Amino acid sequence: MSALLEVKNVTKSFGGVVANRDVSLTVRQGEIAGLIGPNGSGKTTLFGSITGTHAVDSGDILFEGRSIAHLRPAPIARAGLLRTWQQTRIYGEMSCAENMAISAREAHGHVFSLLRPVPAATRRRGDDLLAFVGLHEKRMEKAGSLSFGQQKLLEFAMALMNEPKLLLLDEPTAGINPTLINGLIDRLRRANTELGVTLLVIEHNMRVIMNLAHRITCLAHGEVLAAGTPEEVRDDKRVLDAYLGVA
Amino acid sequence: MNRLFALRLNDWQIAAVLAFLGLAGPFLLPGLATQIAFLWLMVVFALTWDMLGGRMGYNSFGNIVFFGIGCYAAAVVQRDAGVGYFEGLGLGLLVGACLAVLAAVVFGAAMLGIRGHYFAIGTLGLGIAAGEIAAGWDYVGAGSGMALPLYPGELGQREIFFCYSLFALAAICFLLFRWIYSTRFGLALNAIRDDHDKADAMGLRTTPIKIFAWALSALFLGISGGLAANMIGFIDPRDVAFAGATFGVWMVLMAILGGKGTLWGPVLGAFVFHVTQELFWTYLLGWQRVALGLLIVVIVVFFPQGIMGWLAERRARALS
Repeated sequence: MSALLEVKNVTKSFGGVVANRDVSLTVRQGEIAGLIGPNGSGKTTLFGSITGTHAVDSGDILFEGRSIAHLRPAPIARAGLLRTWQQTRIYGEMSCAENMAISAREAHGHVFSLLRPVPAATRRRGDDLLAFVGLHEKRMEKAGSLSFGQQKLLEFAMALMNEPKLLLLDEPTAGINPTLINGLIDRLRRANTELGVTLLVIEHNMRVIMNLAHRITCLAHGEVLAAGTPEEVRDDKRVLDAYLGVA
Repeated sequence: MNRLFALRLNDWQIAAVLAFLGLAGPFLLPGLATQIAFLWLMVVFALTWDMLGGRMGYNSFGNIVFFGIGCYAAAVVQRDAGVGYFEGLGLGLLVGACLAVLAAVVFGAAMLGIRGHYFAIGTLGLGIAAGEIAAGWDYVGAGSGMALPLYPGELGQREIFFCYSLFALAAICFLLFRWIYSTRFGLALNAIRDDHDKADAMGLRTTPIKIFAWALSALFLGISGGLAANMIGFIDPRDVAFAGATFGVWMVLMAILGGKGTLWGPVLGAFVFHVTQELFWTYLLGWQRVALGLLIVVIVVFFPQGIMGWLAERRARALS
């Protein structure tokens, strides 16, 4: 499998705090990669660096072999690399269906190409994806009126609507009703296999990430502590000490 | 009463009433032609402000600049072009519209990167600066302003003419905006309002979208400026063209009063505001500014969501 995303020796500090130090990781085409680590270990900062929220201090980030380290979020998104947030971000005053419609790839176009109604096919695809995450009945409701867990599902559906090649998910199961987590894992897998979206997932729920990911990278104190298959990472002594603890 | 709130007027019924007022009003009530003309001007003000303030979440206190540019462009063209009244007016409106759009593109590129309160304050400065520049520039009459050429028709015809012109402008503005809000562009504006960073991160070209929206507002404001200047017959830099403390604030108030970001809100707000204001002038002369100030307080305290928002809430309660 070829590398879709390559993070090469990225360092990022905020004032005196080094959030990422010399971090390297690779996400291969078609896989589900996991990113774990204690709170404050720099996972979300790394997401921000990859998606262009802030510039990196040093190092490089390649997406499909092209450097994206100095691009802003919008061109990175148009290239097919998208993220979701730990605290969800949706368009609160708009209906779920409208949230989906404006998340379609066509909305990337220039201003004048936006001056036409949403095509029926796009509406249908939005409805289908809302059904996929179990929100079809809510499609006419204001997104801001949904519960936190439902907003996370909506945000996930919006991301899929954008047809990304690579989707970075920041704690997709946090705040989701535990009885629904298995369903969500199943949907993440189906997005990967059926829709062909490569995933990089930050997750604190070990049961989820060990089940879901093909390979896992563990960060601690802003540095890569270990990387490998779920079993390798789970049994790594440094990971046990820094993060998982000894059972 | 509850049944009244549950009643939902059809868009076309409202439009028919307005069209009747616009077309027959000047004939049925010739004495009120100027007031009706100002009403349509207010509708344009509220609609164009709402494009940014209501739909896109950018509160601009500088939209008056585009109106003022339209005023001065028409006055200068009509003074210097050396053609007949209507040719000069047409040319002046065209030049005013182009200059207003150009200004919106330039200011937009410079200022639309600023968010929230900072944008509001920045645009406030824009309006004040424009007034000061006009008041000191001899080419446009400096502090003594500019007089517009006399309307060539018979007495009373002028009011009727501008009443219809402004009605046409308001109607075109409303219909165009109504269509725009039904397109993906309308959704993109709302997306920027609800979460700008998210809109960026989803790949929207937010900067051109914002500039285009402001340019559309400026287009209608520029034309309205040329028409209003000719209707009033005289432009003062601070009291007519760049009248930030009156027109500039009213734009915001009318949109908020009617209901920001709703289709009919700005139109309704313009009606209620304009009629109330005329009544204050007629019956509370000397106290009209105080009454207007009180009205503003009442609007903000009791109708934070505007009349449309209040109605929607009442309707939801009546139906549940």
